[in-house]
Amino acid sequence: MGLDEIFTASVFASAIRLATPYIFSALGETFAQRSGVLNLGVDGMMLMGAFAGFYAVHVAQVNEAMSEPLSLLLGVAVALIVGGLMGLAMAFVSVTLKAKQGISGIGVYLFGLGLSELLFQQWVGTPKSVSGFPRINFPLLTDLPIVGEIFFHHNLLVYLAFALVPISAFVLNHTTFGLMIRAVGQNPEAADAMGVNVARVRYATTIIGGMMAGLAGASLSIALINLFQQNLTAGQGFIAVALVYFGGWRPFAVAAGAMLFSFVNALQLQIKVIGADIPSEFAVMAPYVITIIALVFATKRHEQPTALTKPYERGE
Amino acid sequence: MNKASGFSQSALAGRLNRLIDFAPVLIALLLALLVASVLLLALNANPLEAYDFMLQGAAGSENAFAETLVKATPILFVGIGITIAFRGGMINIGGEGQMIAGALAGVTIALIMGEMRVPPELAKERGAFDIIIVACSLVGGFLMGALYGGLAGFLKAYFDVNEILSTIMLNQIAVQMMNFLLNGILLDPAEAGFNNIPKTARLVTAAQLPRLSLPIGDPHIFARTRLHWGLIIAVVLAAVIYIFLWRTSWGYRIRAVGENQRASSYAGINVKRQMMFSMFLAGGFAGLAGVVQVLGLQYRLQTDGSPAGFTGAAGFNGIVAALFGGLNPLGAIPAAAFFGGLLVGAQKMQRELGVPASLITAVNGLIVVFVVSSEIFILQRSKRRVSVAEEEAPTPATPLGPPNELGGSSTPLGPANELGGSSDPDMNKDREPG
Repeated sequence: MGLDEIFTASVFASAIRLATPYIFSALGETFAQRSGVLNLGVDGMMLMGAFAGFYAVHVAQVNEAMSEPLSLLLGVAVALIVGGLMGLAMAFVSVTLKAKQGISGIGVYLFGLGLSELLFQQWVGTPKSVSGFPRINFPLLTDLPIVGEIFFHHNLLVYLAFALVPISAFVLNHTTFGLMIRAVGQNPEAADAMGVNVARVRYATTIIGGMMAGLAGASLSIALINLFQQNLTAGQGFIAVALVYFGGWRPFAVAAGAMLFSFVNALQLQIKVIGADIPSEFAVMAPYVITIIALVFATKRHEQPTALTKPYERGE
Repeated sequence: MNKASGFSQSALAGRLNRLIDFAPVLIALLLALLVASVLLLALNANPLEAYDFMLQGAAGSENAFAETLVKATPILFVGIGITIAFRGGMINIGGEGQMIAGALAGVTIALIMGEMRVPPELAKERGAFDIIIVACSLVGGFLMGALYGGLAGFLKAYFDVNEILSTIMLNQIAVQMMNFLLNGILLDPAEAGFNNIPKTARLVTAAQLPRLSLPIGDPHIFARTRLHWGLIIAVVLAAVIYIFLWRTSWGYRIRAVGENQRASSYAGINVKRQMMFSMFLAGGFAGLAGVVQVLGLQYRLQTDGSPAGFTGAAGFNGIVAALFGGLNPLGAIPAAAFFGGLLVGAQKMQRELGVPASLITAVNGLIVVFVVSSEIFILQRSKRRVSVAEEEAPTPATPLGPPNELGGSSTPLGPANELGGSSDPDMNKDREPG
């Protein structure tokens, strides 16, 4: 077994695909956390988004109600709406009711986990696949050796995820909205004094986070795996939260963390495929161990939003 | 003024207050049931019928009730541990992993000691040696779970790693470690050739926790059920931990750190050590939950390879029970019984009505959300009460008094401690130049 057997082009390509749901959800979580809201319910929102998107596409395709591309767009829209609604609920609980975010997030997670499974069993029953987002064929580029396989062999949502990285960084760092988000997360009192509506900004970011989580779920159920099953995400939403810490609340670093994590995951799958002499359990475990180690070294480097997890109490 | 009547009056008022303080938890439950009813209606099931089946399934017969208690036992163990952690300001989500760590250590000890020949001096009293095996397994399970939980506390205290995230990662790691061991050195020799289900060999009778029955009637109550002594151990430990938290200086220090890290630090409490200690104890109780499942119920460690394959998600449900019990170990007892009943009852509902039992997972989530959301109302009430009390009698409020208000006056997880030290800006500043 040589290294060339492990580091194949397909491993890099699959790392890029695997990173997609993490990038969506972690970018959304970055918005929420930069404004001071720790949304721990990401995984539940991803599950709901994954199921809703899958179910919409499934129904549309079984009934041949519309063309395939349209059904996929419908799936994305439904996932965004369901994720956004979950985000709205989380915002209401943590901003308006000022509930402890770490714990309420676990509640939202359990709710999403249970409800997505319930609806799936009730409305679908057994795992069925849908025809998801097709791979895009770029003229010439896709046929390039190695480079084509790694970069030009993916579906629309994969490219969308990566496109959202610079967009998120731009919004956070160079727009008024981004300035308000950062102000509300660093010093809500000052932001309030400047006339920023703290609650409204936090609602907005938490809903954005929910929508992105919904999209992350849909990227699994209608673009990458193309089916839904119980606990489809298997805790990916929690990893996304960890990636936000790891990336120091900066979109590019968060995405880099997602790539690193996915690359380790892709390696792990490849090691299984070629039947290397490493117990598969250790390979599966590796990304989590690496995440903990990364957190040991990462959390000190960057300042976390000062008001993270702190409900804003207007002093009178 | 008649002192005695004044006293009884205030006692009555206190009792009334206690009832009102418990109201948010009940309201949270009612709200959750309301949402569940809407869900049931949406699924074309009659909610009343569903609840009736759940009640039958949970408490409709001797066996049903025993099953409820069997399910409640690990939830109670984890709930006691979560109560300690949350009171100490540590958000321990790692009950699942800590259960597994404890079960792995406990089953290993039980398997090894079960094979040992009885020492001659104990040969006459075979029973004494059985007790030693079980005790060693329980202690080993506690310690392993405690070390696993303590690891997250250590990472938090010395490396500022958010314990929510580290415990979640450690859950996944524990599942893989269990799968590895159950497919390897711990695999049942009888299963080795087939490699079907990852499980250990069955424990010898000597290493099993005995079944529990009440010596009333014939046959004894619960004699034909799976109820075991784990329940008694859990209930006794709940009382012990209640005393520990509110009547000893160790417990006081844990709660002080949970209330206010900076003040505790100024008062000379070693905050880092308390963080590790509360996580150590929390992990230990989750470890006990794991080992008791093995010694008392399954008589072997087995899983289907999925994350909750062994634990049955008791590590998560313990969080729900701890919150529902008002972060009071004694409150966790009825809370655990309630959630045990929900789980058992849901299976009956699924059989009878075809409504998936995963409804309960969603309802549990709702209860968590509603309970933590209702705290704002408790806070407002206790603020009002403090101001009233200050007007009436200038006695100093004791923020760390006994939990007679079920989490009312004390907010163990104040916002500043949500993420412990790392979210406390002043503590961060200490570490940074300037």
